[in-house]
Amino acid sequence: MSVKDLLKLHGKPIREVYFDHENSGWVPPEIVEAMLPYFNIKGYGHPSITHKPGWEAYEVVYETKELVAKTLNAENYEQIVFTHSGTEANNLAILGTVFANKHGKGKIVVSAIEHLSVIFPAEWTRKNLGFKVVRIPVDEEGFVDPDILAAYIDKDTILVSIQMVNHEIGTIQPIKELVKVVKDINPNTIFHTDAADAYGKIPIDVKEINVDLLTISSHKILGPKGVGALYVGPKVKLESIIHGQLSTEKLWPGVENVPAIAGFKKAVELTFTSFEKNISKIRKLRDKLLKGIINNIPDVLVNGPLGDKRSPDNVNTSFLYVEGEAVTVELSLRGMYVSSGSACTSRILEPSHVLLAIGRKHEEAHGSILFKITRYHTDEDIEYALEQLTEAIGRLREISALKPYK
Amino acid sequence: MSTRIPLPYTPKVLELFKNPKNVGSLSDASIVAKAGSPACGDMIRLYLKVSKKNNEDYIEKITFESYGCAANIAAASILTEMVKGKKMSEAWKITWKQIADELGGLPPIKFHCSILAVGALKRAIRAYYTKQGKHPPWLPKSLSLEEKQTMEEEELIEKLYSKYLKYNTKTG
Repeated sequence: MSVKDLLKLHGKPIREVYFDHENSGWVPPEIVEAMLPYFNIKGYGHPSITHKPGWEAYEVVYETKELVAKTLNAENYEQIVFTHSGTEANNLAILGTVFANKHGKGKIVVSAIEHLSVIFPAEWTRKNLGFKVVRIPVDEEGFVDPDILAAYIDKDTILVSIQMVNHEIGTIQPIKELVKVVKDINPNTIFHTDAADAYGKIPIDVKEINVDLLTISSHKILGPKGVGALYVGPKVKLESIIHGQLSTEKLWPGVENVPAIAGFKKAVELTFTSFEKNISKIRKLRDKLLKGIINNIPDVLVNGPLGDKRSPDNVNTSFLYVEGEAVTVELSLRGMYVSSGSACTSRILEPSHVLLAIGRKHEEAHGSILFKITRYHTDEDIEYALEQLTEAIGRLREISALKPYK
Repeated sequence: MSTRIPLPYTPKVLELFKNPKNVGSLSDASIVAKAGSPACGDMIRLYLKVSKKNNEDYIEKITFESYGCAANIAAASILTEMVKGKKMSEAWKITWKQIADELGGLPPIKFHCSILAVGALKRAIRAYYTKQGKHPPWLPKSLSLEEKQTMEEEELIEKLYSKYLKYNTKTG
């Protein structure tokens, strides 16, 4: 099976629009440019070694931490721990808290729609360490009910992990309120929030929301892959979960990915320059795409909330009577790149756990398509997307074995 | 979103996905059969027009409709091409492996697509003779591998769904 032949047959579409920033994406040239010197011009050394290329590497690592800390309103750069992905940061938050817990037992509360890099480590502690893990339900828009959350918090609850913005359906959780609910009952409970999809999309102030641990990820803000970070608040004790020679990082051994960190720094700078202006542009494009889909295509469900409670970059709709994987391939042939929560795009037979948790039926989840808008998208991109999407769904519905298009 | 296209398809799959053959319903179908379900995210419906020639049953025409992934559409398409004009007894012998091979191979996670296509065909053939009240000697009484696995997939999704509901409300 040759991928080369597949790509040859696929060909390069006349126009290409990329919307799959949920899974990863292209990196703007100015960010790539910021990375390049760190491969072989400067800072190519190990950031904890005492020579010039090492100090140069240390400098960019340090500056990036300072910058990230500032954008989160954290106390200082030492509260930012670099990992090599958002998944690793989430694992560090969950397992690091558990390993630091002296009692070796307790309860972890997560929402039913968390990223799998939160759910799986939590489940791991249940299976291997006997921790109690509660997955609390969400409503049909993905919101956690504060009263239900409160019902599961007690003296044994060592950790709560609830996402700030859901990665699939864009629900903006009222984290500040949820933290208060938890801390009012048990001030010692650690509150972690996975903010990988919130960072750069909504303002975050770790002091104001009083969160203990917070995850962010470089490639979610158009930075390169290979950098994640965990904000670790002042009262938190974390145990390292991987072991090896320490670098500048006590909690994450291994050499820092310095060129990627330099790229991440540039991505943060660009994201937070004209933040309000960019976000309002993205939100307008989001609404244009969403309205266009609803107006142009029949039998569509919108997954997640509407308006200000939805992340400004997120569009997720289910196209009934078609299967999402086929839609991703059909759109790819038309130069439009998206992803789906269909079972066929996962390695198991089940569709997205997020869509099932908000009450979508299997066949509704199978037809879901996720788009993420960035500041680089244009009105013309959205118009092209709507045109191609309408044709693509139309063609697949014609083939479909499901009513009423049979 | 847990959205990973597992493995690249072969050019043949992509080609048939782009230009599937024998799509749609047949107004003069002798028998219609389906395999899979909306919940599986995988469903194939086959329309067969059966005719007699020299006292043998032939598949004169065959078309399909598919609700499923690109591999599902390609598998159904190639199946219709492979059995069109064939004797029913010969069409019965086709296996999911032949379909997968004809497509130039399928990623293992997509094997069930060719199983489903063949499952639908075998169901159609069986249903045709049940409807006729006949049982040709070459048609085995017990279910074929593809019919069994198709049934299992349809049942599995029900199990997974109830398991999911249970899991999500479980505490501990």
